[in-house]
Amino acid sequence: MALIELTSVSKHYEMGQHLIKAVDNIDLSIEPNEYMVFIGSSGSGKSTIMNIIGCLDTPTHGRYVLNGRNVNGLDQNELADIRNQEIGFIFQSFNLLPRATALKNVMQPLIYRGIGLADRRAEAERVLERVGLADRGDHLPNQLSGGQCQRVAIARALVTNPSILLADEPTGNLDSQTTVEIMALFDELHDEGQTIIVVTHEPDIAAHSERVARLRDGRIVEDYANEHNR
Amino acid sequence: MQTNTIDSSDGKRARSRLEGARYPTWFAITEGVRSALSSIWAHSFRSFLTTLGIVIGVASVIGMVSIIQGLSFAISEQLQGLGSNSITVESFTPVRERLQRRFASLTQKDLDLISYRIDGIESITPIMYLRGQSQVRYGAQTTVAQVLGTTYSFQEVGQYFSLYGRFLSDSDNRTRRRVAVIAEQVRDELALPENPVGEFIQINGEWLKIIGLPEPKGEIFGQSLDNRVMIPYSTMTSMQGNQRSPDIQIQLTIADLNNMDTIVELITRLLRSAHNLGPDDEDDFRIQTADQLRSTFSSILNNVTVVMAGIVGISLLVGGIGIMNIMLVSVTERTREIGICKAIGAKRHHILLQFLLEALVLCLLGGLVGVIIGYGIGAVAASLIPGFPPAHTPLWAVTLALGFSAVVGVVFGILPAAKAANLDPIASLRYE
Repeated sequence: MALIELTSVSKHYEMGQHLIKAVDNIDLSIEPNEYMVFIGSSGSGKSTIMNIIGCLDTPTHGRYVLNGRNVNGLDQNELADIRNQEIGFIFQSFNLLPRATALKNVMQPLIYRGIGLADRRAEAERVLERVGLADRGDHLPNQLSGGQCQRVAIARALVTNPSILLADEPTGNLDSQTTVEIMALFDELHDEGQTIIVVTHEPDIAAHSERVARLRDGRIVEDYANEHNR
Repeated sequence: MQTNTIDSSDGKRARSRLEGARYPTWFAITEGVRSALSSIWAHSFRSFLTTLGIVIGVASVIGMVSIIQGLSFAISEQLQGLGSNSITVESFTPVRERLQRRFASLTQKDLDLISYRIDGIESITPIMYLRGQSQVRYGAQTTVAQVLGTTYSFQEVGQYFSLYGRFLSDSDNRTRRRVAVIAEQVRDELALPENPVGEFIQINGEWLKIIGLPEPKGEIFGQSLDNRVMIPYSTMTSMQGNQRSPDIQIQLTIADLNNMDTIVELITRLLRSAHNLGPDDEDDFRIQTADQLRSTFSSILNNVTVVMAGIVGISLLVGGIGIMNIMLVSVTERTREIGICKAIGAKRHHILLQFLLEALVLCLLGGLVGVIIGYGIGAVAASLIPGFPPAHTPLWAVTLALGFSAVVGVVFGILPAAKAANLDPIASLRYE
């Protein structure tokens, strides 16, 4: 069974007289352990499709089934629950809590799951070690480099054992050396069985994936497999 | 809290540790307090400024109340000294009569009537005040003092204990001796020797010999009780000359406290008939018992307390608005953080509770600091004002102040917290 099942999904906005079709009639199915990239220029609808897959936004038309669960018609609290259980977000600007240490940032999603302090700490330390930051747990985000911040963010996304790792331009704020490191980490996680979805406009990033969907004007214009990565 | 019902594709990682809490409400509150405290700590200086209104409000309540309560304690103690079996009768002129310049008075005749006609009186004494305050002279020194004429019974009624010499005696009264008992302040202001017995002072042109000096009594409401000269009642009447029916005050003590109400009633009837008052006329005298005096004082003080509390309540309200203001700013400032928390799974109640508890904890901390400062203010102020009784901080005031702080926190925290909880996750993630 597919992990993500989008059936004729659209997101339309009314803006004055105009109807804006941010996402228009997309059919898509993503299997577990796929490594998929959405690529497109700005305004192509890739952020909107990302928000819909990440359950931050709901489609105006169509059906979205995530991990066997129909997401349509859920309220904000139920969507929050699904985000907490199923999705690990990674953002371009890291989006760490600025006044919390790396360890506390990683512990944060587990609070919303109702997990006690000792277990939270143990889980967070384990995941921080996995991303290679075991000794930086007590650093604040502004004491870490960009690459380290993104590793903390990846740890925060992984700590909940999500079905999908959802990354929005994960290397957009990083230099080329760090980009290589982060993409290597993605490859490792993928090899461990993690489903990864990345949204980007850089073809280099797309080259890491198994499957690429090219978006233009809210539609998928191309959906192909990267055979050399299979 | 919902546990993870859906198995993810990889079974490598342990799921057991990621079970939800057993007591979700308790968990939510402890986590909320934890995050509130760390947020307050992270902005410690701003938190301090935010809660300053509450601190000042609570400090002034506690300071004010403890000073007033200390005063009230002291007054009831002092009135206790009057003896609860004493009754004071004094003349009283209703306003209408006063406008007509007809003044009521009590006379020696009234006193005689009471002492002959009513049983159960232990002692009875007249007190006559020389109009206003009179000049007292010793050598070249002069001072102004309250001069009152009374009898030996006043020693007991007024609780005077001799430090030097003796109090007025019965024979002083009978023989109209030109003698006086002076209180400490008068001695001091006239620069009399420490033991003034045997010296002569002059009042209204009459020479009087000092026969005693009682122990100092201190002051009440900032009014000295030691600015007095006491002379025999009969001496006073003779000094007044042929003044028509001088107004006196009658003080008496009764033998059995249980007869208090009966005796008050009997005196009322006796004086009404003696003064020829018709059934519609008001009493032209007032009878006061020590208990009455005490309850009058305490009701005045309670009113003062309530008024103070009201004024201070307004300052707490202002403090609460300050908290709301800063919390709203803080919500705007942390919009992005709220977006992040929502993206990683925070529900509305998580965010609501976080901000509400932050306001509540802020107010309670402010209240606590205010209580401590207020206690200090009360103690210091009471000890700095000379002759002022020590402050007394009642538990109810502390409880009330903290309770009110908590209410302020919840009332003024709810709006910012609701605003934060209702933020849209996508929009707040984009917020710069």
